[in-house]
Amino acid sequence: MLLDFMKGLKHFHKGGVHPHENKLSAEAPIKELPLPKSVVIPITQHIGAPAKVVVERGDTVKVGQIIAVHEGFVSSNIHASVSGKVGKIDKVMDSTGFKKMSISIRTKDDIWEDSIDRTPDLVKDIPYTPEEIVKKIMEAGVVGMGGAAFPSHVKLSIPEGKHVDYLIVNGVECEPYLTADHRVMLEKPHEIMVGTQILMKALGVDKAIIGIEANKWDAIEGLKKIAPEYPGIEVQGLRVMYPQGGEKQLIEALLGREVPSGGLPADAGCIVHNVGTIYSMYMAVQKNRPLIERVVTVTGKSVKEPSNLLVRIGTPISDLIEAAGGLPEDTGKIISGGPMMGKALNELDIPIAKATSGLLLIPEERSKRQEVYNCVKCGKCVEVCPMGLQPVELSLLSKNKNLETAQAHGILDCIECGSCSFICPSNRPILDYIRYGKSNIRKAKAS
Amino acid sequence: MSTDLLTVSPSPHVHVELTVPQVMRSVIFAMLPALGFSIYTFGIDALFVTLVAVISAMLFENIISVYLLKQKASIYDGSAVITGMLLAFNVPSNLPWHIILIGSAVAVGIGKMSFGGLGNNPFNPALVGRVFLLISFPVQMTNWPVPIMDAAVDGMTGATALGHLKEGIMQGIPVSALMTEMPSYRELFFGFQGGSVGEMSAFALIIGLIYMLTKRVITWHIPITMILTVFIFSGIFWLIDPELYANPFFHVLTGGVMLGAIFMATDYVTSPFTHKGMIIFAIGIGLITVLIRLFGNYPEGVSFAILIMNAFVPLINKYTRPVKFGAKPIKS
Amino acid sequence: MNQELIYTVLLLVALGALAAIILYWVSQKFKVQENPKLEQVLEALPNTNCGGCGFPGCSAFADALVNADDLAPYNCPVGGNEVMKEVGEILGKAIEEKDPFVAVVKCAGAIHVRVHHTTYDGAANCSIASNLYSGERGCSDGCVGLGECVEACTFDAMYMDETTGLPVVIEDKCTSCNACVTACPKDIIELWPKGKRDKKIYIACVNEEKGGTARKECSMACSGCAKCVDECKYDAITVENDLAKIDYDLCKLCGKCIVACDVGNIVSTGFKPEMINTLAEKREKRLEKEKEAKRLEREKAKEVAEAEKENVSDKPES
Repeated sequence: MLLDFMKGLKHFHKGGVHPHENKLSAEAPIKELPLPKSVVIPITQHIGAPAKVVVERGDTVKVGQIIAVHEGFVSSNIHASVSGKVGKIDKVMDSTGFKKMSISIRTKDDIWEDSIDRTPDLVKDIPYTPEEIVKKIMEAGVVGMGGAAFPSHVKLSIPEGKHVDYLIVNGVECEPYLTADHRVMLEKPHEIMVGTQILMKALGVDKAIIGIEANKWDAIEGLKKIAPEYPGIEVQGLRVMYPQGGEKQLIEALLGREVPSGGLPADAGCIVHNVGTIYSMYMAVQKNRPLIERVVTVTGKSVKEPSNLLVRIGTPISDLIEAAGGLPEDTGKIISGGPMMGKALNELDIPIAKATSGLLLIPEERSKRQEVYNCVKCGKCVEVCPMGLQPVELSLLSKNKNLETAQAHGILDCIECGSCSFICPSNRPILDYIRYGKSNIRKAKAS
Repeated sequence: MSTDLLTVSPSPHVHVELTVPQVMRSVIFAMLPALGFSIYTFGIDALFVTLVAVISAMLFENIISVYLLKQKASIYDGSAVITGMLLAFNVPSNLPWHIILIGSAVAVGIGKMSFGGLGNNPFNPALVGRVFLLISFPVQMTNWPVPIMDAAVDGMTGATALGHLKEGIMQGIPVSALMTEMPSYRELFFGFQGGSVGEMSAFALIIGLIYMLTKRVITWHIPITMILTVFIFSGIFWLIDPELYANPFFHVLTGGVMLGAIFMATDYVTSPFTHKGMIIFAIGIGLITVLIRLFGNYPEGVSFAILIMNAFVPLINKYTRPVKFGAKPIKS
Repeated sequence: MNQELIYTVLLLVALGALAAIILYWVSQKFKVQENPKLEQVLEALPNTNCGGCGFPGCSAFADALVNADDLAPYNCPVGGNEVMKEVGEILGKAIEEKDPFVAVVKCAGAIHVRVHHTTYDGAANCSIASNLYSGERGCSDGCVGLGECVEACTFDAMYMDETTGLPVVIEDKCTSCNACVTACPKDIIELWPKGKRDKKIYIACVNEEKGGTARKECSMACSGCAKCVDECKYDAITVENDLAKIDYDLCKLCGKCIVACDVGNIVSTGFKPEMINTLAEKREKRLEKEKEAKRLEREKAKEVAEAEKENVSDKPES
């Protein structure tokens, strides 16, 4: 705590746990992966309605060409990430664990749309109006790249009746092992600053804070050094604790405001965007470049070369694993995302989606859960819950299908961070049952 | 791709290292200094009492869970061992083995298994056993052996310092006179006093406390609050009338206050969830202990105090729920 | 000493009697006036509070029965027609006799016939597993095998078969209370009429994917080939979305569909073992015959092809 004070770090105040950071790939610079032989692009990579396919089997497409159009407001455009011929448009297993309609493209050459600016120079001027900015971001199909995949243009319009005074950029990356955002902040600091300014213009706010966890001190220093060139943008270091990167916890740490239950960050006067999304927005607005690639961390204790790879959307994960030194012999689990909230995958053909931030390969001996004991009422789950809930109680209520009481005790506020299951000394599957309860409540509400 | 199938499970996919068997192991190690000291003071009897209690606790738990309840054996999680050791720590080291057996049966059978096994009991099982023995066999449970170094004759027994104090006060002898017959504070702290197997040496128990705190098995809230409450509350009465009431240091170092604060009240199953609740719980135990000691008929009140507060834990849990995130209105 | 004992016992007896009198008087004085028929009906009901009648508990059901004009739409599945007749007599209203129903598990995807593509390590609950690749076996529409239905059953009428990994319904104990039907996240369990002498025939599959895809995941899947539809003289079977369904009202239990099914998916219950064996033998014989017929065809085709080749090579070159 003294160290935090000396370094000027802020932190969130309720709950939280300290998983081992294991940032094995923090020193690995971003490497561009060679083009895959074919890509499989799901049309439902985002929250909201699936996009409508506008190409047919056999069509030739260029990089950046629209292949599926957004359906309604809360939806997103999908673009071809490689040039070539469109193949099967069929249901394929994707990283969410369900079969989704996907467009496959067989790669041929690397021909880009003419409107895209591929030069690496920084473009500082922002000669667009806020409406034009929102339009460009919507057309580029930018979604939240921190994992949620919420269409970003929806988060660029302040809801009626709400007053927003801060833009918060989430550079926290609190999940262990993941380093994609870290490397983007280190290697493209100016682009991030300009991207932040673009967003500030679109939202009409004049204050922005970039929150970064203290284990990325080089990124904090790098951004702090250039911050004076960009008025209104502040860089704030944060104590290393999970889930500091959850938007509610981030807002509470930086501004001391708690988003009300069932509310949005706008209710607390802020809008939060992931730093990778900010970079994509810079590319979209300044370089006319739609979201067709992203940085993915490939990591794990047995991985030969933990790396941060720049890959095209739709690349099968087997290509990334090869580039990181090949699949380790003792792999027991493959996780899309980080170890606390990521989703376990069961095949190697699954494609990279817009929100896939990392691939974690867990060795066999650590991939099985340990023996489950009775609940010893130790209260550790209550101590660590960042939302002030009592996970032991919610889990039992969900298991016994007592949904009204569970809702009254706030089960819908749960952010599913996993701190409760992480800390439970009896290895009980607390979060499994809380999710079960939440989905039953949602099902009951829908019917 | 290896021929083995990939494992899938819902998130999270990592887990903290501390699990229930490790917690139990840490608690057992934390109790070893007190046990060692007890063997040094009372000889092989202390070890014998502990072994009988532990083995019989494990035996009863195994028989009940496997043959009566038809569940799988749960003795490997270590909680039966701890119940046995704590029961042994609460009885004199010259207690006949058949009485220990009865105590074990009550502690495990009634105190724990009848409620459904680990995690379901509302009362601390070792204390249930101990109180049962105290009320059923009052003579054997209150005839403590004198420490080896003080015994001139083998087989001498007597009351503890607290017992001696209570008798003296009831006879009207002023406290200052009684204090001259008591062991010195140094002796009390290191444990050269009479008492049950585990409760004499504050020094050994504090070593255990520090070990458990560093391993993050328990937090400071219950032990420190309870000891402070006993100290302050008995201190208030001592300030009012030093001839009727012993001073607070004496109260903290004698009897089961240290043992109760460090090992009995901190039992996960029978203590509240939240830190706020734990503090209320510990204050309650401290208050009731001092009340029983000063105004009740028993010289020692910790066991009863803990059992009474165990009954209040569900109520404490209900009223010390954590504040939900987002419940505070925004003050921007 | 004897006197003390007698006085103590007498005093305690007197105290007990006094307490009993006071309690009885209070219970009578503060008794809630209820329709006396309500109590009688409640006594007649099985009092299992399972919710199978559609009401939250037996007292709510009794309340509804007492206030209803016509008892025809009401049925207690646990008590069956016996209990409903008793209730009808108490209330002096007519009841409608209903056929007893039981639960049937419409999945034949045992562990050894389905593809294994993952090892599942989460909580042992079918709903949780079905959000994560549907457990360990192929065919995401089929039984997950973790026993949520068995847990939901309050009448001990279900158990998990260890070898097949599928739930089994003990028909004598099943009260068709609907608990397992709602518990199953894959909607595999359905309530079917128990049938005369417990006989019924149903298709044990709910997979609506195309035949090829379905068979890749489970070798007992219904591919919608409709061979059973052709065989059925009573038009009791329909195929929709590559899945065949038997209508239990039209089915006459002749068993011809069982013989016709290539995969052996159709399940029959309640038939005598000899009958089942006969049907199984007939099916085996049919499959053998068809295999033989195909083999002969292939040989014939080969002979014809060779004969043609010779013909061609005999022709003189022009």
